[in-house]
Amino acid sequence: MQRENGTFVNSGKERKGSRRMLKKLKPLSLLLFLALPLMLAGCSTPEVLDPKGPVASQQSDLIILSIIFMLTIVAVVFVLLTIILVKYRERKDHDKYSPELHGSMLLETIWTIIPIIIVVILAVPTVRTIYSLEKAPEPKSAEAASEDPLVIHATSINWKWVFTYPDEDIETVNYLHIPIHRPVEFKLTSADSMAALWIPSLGGQKYNMAGMQTTLYLQADEAGVYDGRNANFTGEGFNEQRFKVYAEEEADYQQWVEEVQNSAPELTQYEYDNLLIPGVYDDGTAEFNGTHLQWIDHSKNAEYTLEAWDRLGYEPKNPHAKDKSQNILPEDEIPYYQQDNTVDYSDEDMDNNEHAHASHE
Amino acid sequence: MAHDHNVNPNAPLEYQSEVGRLNITGFWTFLGAEIALFSTLFASYFALQSRVGDGPTSTEMFEAGLVMIMTMLLLTSSFTCGIAIHEMRANNVKGVIIWMIITLILGAGFIGYELYEFVHYVHEGVTLSTSAHWSIFFILLGTHGLHVSIGIGWIILLLIQLARRGLTPKTASKVFISSLYWHFLDVVWIFIFTCVYLMGMVS
Amino acid sequence: MDLKWNEFIITGDPLILGAQISILLGSIAAVAALTYFKKWTWLWKEWLTSVDHKKLGIMYILSALLMLFRGGVDGLMMRTQLATPNMEFLDPQHYNEVFSTHGVIMIIFMAMPFLIGLINYIVPLQIGARDVAFPFLNNLSFWTFFVGMALFNISFIIGGSPDAGWTGYTPLATNDFSPGPGQNYYLLGIQIAGIGTLMTGINFFVTILKMRTKGMTLMKMSMFTWTTLITMLIIIFAFPVLTVALAMQTFDRLFGSVLFTLHGDGNPMLWVNLFWVWGHPEVYIVILPAFGIFSEIISTFARKQLFAYKAMVVSIVTISVLSFLVWVHHFFTMGNSAEANSFFSITTMAISIPTGVKIFNWLFTMYRGRITFTTPMLWSLAFIPNFVIGGVTGVMLAMAAADYQYHNTYFLVSHFHYVLISGTVFACFAGLIYWYPKMFGHKMNEKIGKWVFWIFIIGFNVCFFPQYFLGLDGMPRRISTYLPEDGWTGLNFISTVGAFLMGLAFIIFVYNIYYSWRYAPREKTGDAWGLGRNLEWATSSSIPPHYNFAVLPEVTGLDPYWDMKEKGLDQQKNVDYKPIHMPSNSAVPAIMSVLMGFAGFGLVFHWYWMGIVGAIGIFITMIVRSFDYNDGYYISVEEIKETEAKANK
Repeated sequence: MQRENGTFVNSGKERKGSRRMLKKLKPLSLLLFLALPLMLAGCSTPEVLDPKGPVASQQSDLIILSIIFMLTIVAVVFVLLTIILVKYRERKDHDKYSPELHGSMLLETIWTIIPIIIVVILAVPTVRTIYSLEKAPEPKSAEAASEDPLVIHATSINWKWVFTYPDEDIETVNYLHIPIHRPVEFKLTSADSMAALWIPSLGGQKYNMAGMQTTLYLQADEAGVYDGRNANFTGEGFNEQRFKVYAEEEADYQQWVEEVQNSAPELTQYEYDNLLIPGVYDDGTAEFNGTHLQWIDHSKNAEYTLEAWDRLGYEPKNPHAKDKSQNILPEDEIPYYQQDNTVDYSDEDMDNNEHAHASHE
Repeated sequence: MAHDHNVNPNAPLEYQSEVGRLNITGFWTFLGAEIALFSTLFASYFALQSRVGDGPTSTEMFEAGLVMIMTMLLLTSSFTCGIAIHEMRANNVKGVIIWMIITLILGAGFIGYELYEFVHYVHEGVTLSTSAHWSIFFILLGTHGLHVSIGIGWIILLLIQLARRGLTPKTASKVFISSLYWHFLDVVWIFIFTCVYLMGMVS
Repeated sequence: MDLKWNEFIITGDPLILGAQISILLGSIAAVAALTYFKKWTWLWKEWLTSVDHKKLGIMYILSALLMLFRGGVDGLMMRTQLATPNMEFLDPQHYNEVFSTHGVIMIIFMAMPFLIGLINYIVPLQIGARDVAFPFLNNLSFWTFFVGMALFNISFIIGGSPDAGWTGYTPLATNDFSPGPGQNYYLLGIQIAGIGTLMTGINFFVTILKMRTKGMTLMKMSMFTWTTLITMLIIIFAFPVLTVALAMQTFDRLFGSVLFTLHGDGNPMLWVNLFWVWGHPEVYIVILPAFGIFSEIISTFARKQLFAYKAMVVSIVTISVLSFLVWVHHFFTMGNSAEANSFFSITTMAISIPTGVKIFNWLFTMYRGRITFTTPMLWSLAFIPNFVIGGVTGVMLAMAAADYQYHNTYFLVSHFHYVLISGTVFACFAGLIYWYPKMFGHKMNEKIGKWVFWIFIIGFNVCFFPQYFLGLDGMPRRISTYLPEDGWTGLNFISTVGAFLMGLAFIIFVYNIYYSWRYAPREKTGDAWGLGRNLEWATSSSIPPHYNFAVLPEVTGLDPYWDMKEKGLDQQKNVDYKPIHMPSNSAVPAIMSVLMGFAGFGLVFHWYWMGIVGAIGIFITMIVRSFDYNDGYYISVEEIKETEAKANK
């Protein structure tokens, strides 16, 4: 038949090429396979796999466990593929050719059951870790156990971070001080776009969403300065929405709190509302006495930012507009700021969790 | 197509040609997509139902009487539409046209009341921008209303074709498909009636 | 919208100016060439109004290649910007627009139309049909896709591109945070194209169910046809969700509703949910046909029937069901309950089971086969290891507790490029090269093809493998630049080199199209590779005649054409021909779609009168269509005889 002729001519030409290709293919796959551990060893340890606290280390353990399983699977497939390609490539004496072979109950069962087993093995620690991350990390000492987690409200604003220490009654912009060995309970919300608070060395991220509150527990066990940032795209200044985390001994932390309480300026509502105008914070960082929670908790009222824009005279503009200037009114021209706008959120703790969860139904 | 034109005289008229059969299957498939479309709208409605903001709730706005009239109009129109198809099986062009016209009048009445309802709400200050609840209310009902209106326009076109060409496998399959569409919209309305109006008035 | 007249055309960026000039020159050249060679009538009659599934398939593929170029240039611009820290090649706004359009174009306007193009060309042939169930609708599908694509693509020169990511998350994408026309382009461009996709879904679903040739039961269909059937089913149930979601956001932006806004008690997270209820099935829409293509090619060049055919069918059905049950894994970090995250973790990991089964079945299809390493086969073989890397990292991402660390990082970026490129893009290359002789009557040059393959494969791995480590080292996606002290410089630079290698491979690929058109020997039979197994190879000539089969083939089992060859049968020879009924071409879809584009363009700029005029126009075309009783025409026996005689020379 014509088919026979056609392919023989064809394969004669192809065969040299294919053998050369196989030689190339083997080192390539080997290289790929070796690249992972090599790259791990070669570079400094990636941030996520170099945990500095209990949350990050639970996640890191889970990741390493999964990497081991996955490397095994990759190895099996690569080896099998290489063997099959070498053994069953077209050659003159194709005595191993058995076109009638197209199914095997035993084999199919094996490669259905093994993945199921692997999935089950991975699902157990995954689910366990998911539940464990919903709670503050277990205290290591009896002394630490008596302490409640440190509560910090982390509010994302385009394109800066506002950290509120309600019990200390202070607020910082774009940096964070935390004591080590003590869990921190972040109450996350956003004044505008959806963001995600992420400090890779201390643990994974969670979303900040306007009109909602989510909770993220993190803890540092090693003193140091860590990078934190918004991981979720929020527009033009997204790059710059990062901050430093200073994890320090309890005494140092207390000293810092006192310093801020003693020396930082009082936060005014006009000043806070100005922060709500989209932009990168020109001064880099700042700290204030008093918190914005006296006027607004963005997890309770999603509209506040838009109202503040209105008051200040800010108008969102087309990014391609030729004239992007804004005309922000000074404080004394806005009657709103001459009055007391304090809001009482005293029932806050009661419906916190409900609110966060109800909004996802 | 390259579809065979073999005519099967034992099948109902609308199923006699290959094209007719394909169109009917295609339309059923399309209704599957429509189910997905309305399901999404219903799911969104449930997600946003309680988000009334500063605006009024459904309970404050809905009027049972009006909705009952609309429901009756549409349910009856589905019935008359069924009679039209029955007449088509009896090969009675006149009957098809008459019953379809009645169907359309009932459908137009439904649309009239719906427009009245919307205008009434707007006069009361409830619009698309009042709250998420009312946004999705207008979008869900508007989508249904738009479907009904398109259905009316479509069936008018078919009636003209029917008057000109009489009952052929091709016109019959078109009329049959439009009746499927009409019944489907009726079913959607029953869900709207239950999920939006009844549940809205109770809670 | 108070758009100033001088903001209508984007000015002031040398890159965009360059694009504007080249588009202008390109259009002038095309118009001039068509006029000079008097090809306008030919273009209109033979192509643009054609309802022939083969021609539509080719038009889809050409558009997709154009979009692969556009999306690829976007990608290269991103990689250039990220090559070194503090780069100032693109400013953040421009970068945001580039990655947003890159994502939309690659998924909606490249991957889907490329696969739909291959499906259009091949599936009717594989089921032994002469056309699809609704040829008119098929042309309309193409045109709505094309117009949606055009509308989306002009955004960067007129008015400004969308800049809220391909996901268009609210509240970022609402008027408050994304003013200007950009996001409207996203909403209307995808909406118009999406309507076409939905119609394709219905069309091919009915075609495969109802128009299979004699003897071809469901379990005798080729694997590509099977994956197409299931893909179309996913489209039918997933695309309406997108339609609604886009319409809702459009209402928010154009008509003042408050569904996803921060004011009026809107719920922005509803968009996120709706988007991914469509979005996750969408990734299976672009991967299942790819699986089908690999199945065909591996089985052909291993000269063996697909291993465990039934298990393959069961696994694609399982995947399609699971694809609707995993959308939450795109936002494990939204603060969902532990129960919800656990559930969606497990359903997501469960998808790896049927996928793993498929991988082993492909491997064992080659077991005891006779493997020839043609270019389509090379792409299919490369798919296996690369897709496995993408797949296992997918399982890692599925573990919610660990995902908190991967989410929004380059780990994720690398994962989905590994699955989408080695899955979908490799399949597009493989499928196009494999079926190229069927479409154009000659093969693509194998030697150049192998160069393309190796450069692309190496470039792909060099580009994306380092990104896993960038992700683990804390580099978020979508940042437009980074600092030297972040320590990401080396890997980013390597990644950029890889991206340019892929770009080089694409250029050589396009050159190969030209080279092969000039120099490749013309195929003389329908079975160009000599190894064809399914009915697309059973046509009498290399490029099937307009009516595909003079006589509809009869099928008795899997791999019917292989079977016929073994038995020495040629069903197309020495038979009595009967006149063949074919559908007529129509100009209505083109006009209707252009009107959609007209309305859409007006709405982008809030020029409502254009929307209304367009809508009235669309209704008029619908009325015209409703009164159109053209039943097509017959091809006479003489003409068939003549065509067949030419083919059998």
